[in-house]
Amino acid sequence: MPPSFKDTFVELLRRASTQLPQDVTTALREGHAAEIQGSPASNALETILENISLSRRNSTPLCQDTGTNIWHVYHPRTICKTAIEEIIREATAEACQRSYLRANAVDPITNLNTGNNLGQRFPVISFYEWRSSAIRAAVMLKGGGCENVSCQYALPYEPIHAGRDLEGVRRVVLDGVFNAQGRGCAPGIIGVGVGGDRITGMIEAKHQLWRELGDENENPLLSKLEKRLYSECNQLGIGPMGYGGKTTVLGVKVGAIHRVPASYFVSISYMCWASRRACVTIAPSGKLTYHKRVPRYFGCNTPNCKGPSH
Amino acid sequence: MKTIQLPINGNDIQKLRVGDEVQISGHMVTARDMAHRYMTDQWPDWLVPLLRDGAIYHCGPVVSQNNGVYAALSAGPTTSIREEPYAHRVIARYGPRLLIGKGGMGDKTLEAMRQHGAVYIHATGGAASVIAKSIVHIHAVHMLAEFGAPEAFWELEVENFTGVVTMDAHGGSLHRTVREASQKQLFALLGDT
Repeated sequence: MPPSFKDTFVELLRRASTQLPQDVTTALREGHAAEIQGSPASNALETILENISLSRRNSTPLCQDTGTNIWHVYHPRTICKTAIEEIIREATAEACQRSYLRANAVDPITNLNTGNNLGQRFPVISFYEWRSSAIRAAVMLKGGGCENVSCQYALPYEPIHAGRDLEGVRRVVLDGVFNAQGRGCAPGIIGVGVGGDRITGMIEAKHQLWRELGDENENPLLSKLEKRLYSECNQLGIGPMGYGGKTTVLGVKVGAIHRVPASYFVSISYMCWASRRACVTIAPSGKLTYHKRVPRYFGCNTPNCKGPSH
Repeated sequence: MKTIQLPINGNDIQKLRVGDEVQISGHMVTARDMAHRYMTDQWPDWLVPLLRDGAIYHCGPVVSQNNGVYAALSAGPTTSIREEPYAHRVIARYGPRLLIGKGGMGDKTLEAMRQHGAVYIHATGGAASVIAKSIVHIHAVHMLAEFGAPEAFWELEVENFTGVVTMDAHGGSLHRTVREASQKQLFALLGDT
């Protein structure tokens, strides 16, 4: 008998919390090789790499801040979303009880912790209907430290002469990464959403964090911008943990969505080095596939959506 | 690598300098957002003996409990700058010698460290399983029901907890140095030199 949905989701949370995706680990190794041996930057990356192995081996959370849990569920039209949501909530409470997740849900009025990691819109779940008969669930754990240094600019932004074009985007991203320094647990991964409104722009920025670090943006203009920003962010010299060094970011990923004439937002979602994401596909037969790589279109509004300039 | 055995006195604190890598052993207490507000709103006396010449660790650990025995599974540092409004008063009143966290702190804390003899130690953010290994025992927990597990005061016994001194008792701050250097780079990249 295939495992229950609840058990599958608990397992997905365990993997997300304790196993860092391979692309991120590889990028951290490359960063380690680039730093001067014996420097605080190099030692910090060494500790991080040791932590990645230890967490996987012992099934303990990579980071104690297991963050906001952001779920994306792709489903056929026949599925009951309320039922899936209830199962995800049950799985969340169980994963918390098993110490894969920390009890992170705090009531902002009373400041009381709910104790089981469940709250209002907590976890965050988005559903996307697709034509496949399988269900695919992905979860990202985004810590509070890096969320705190995420930011949003409305262009034109005069302090650094950022106008309403990709050069303006480049300028505010550099400014945002500079302002974050090491506080978001550098080396970070920078998701950028160009356009949209204050909500959809940030959602686009967060969607970019699902992408594999080594992938190529389909839009040649954005691809060029990503490469330039990756190189330039790493010239800032902030380094791992803000100790100074060559590895300030592991990747920059830029998406664009349409805006209204009056607004030109650049939303920057900073992800710490512990970019935790996991994905499973459940076939109608119950067969499970845990994906080593997050499938390419994950995070788009619809699987086949096209952004601007396509 | 320098070793620090807690409690530590003011003379030994003066010997620590920005850039020193350290291994800490002894007793430390976690305190983060709610704890700092509580410490500076209510000024609880019971904390003084726990913190005097000791260490405050900015951390909200994942802790398991088996038959009443607590164990830290995942216990990395949280971002310290959020405690900037409180830390200088905490240093003056409770006399901790080490503040441990990540991301560094600001000028008010740096000045309080210079005045009262304390240093800031940066632990590796996110390296929570490795750090938890150095927590050999949990002596007690305070305010668990009031603040919840991440925000409670956990009394930890640590062995060879590693970190880097990034702010010292002589007014030195690696965070300030890196910020200034990276600002120059930023201006160069923006063509605003």
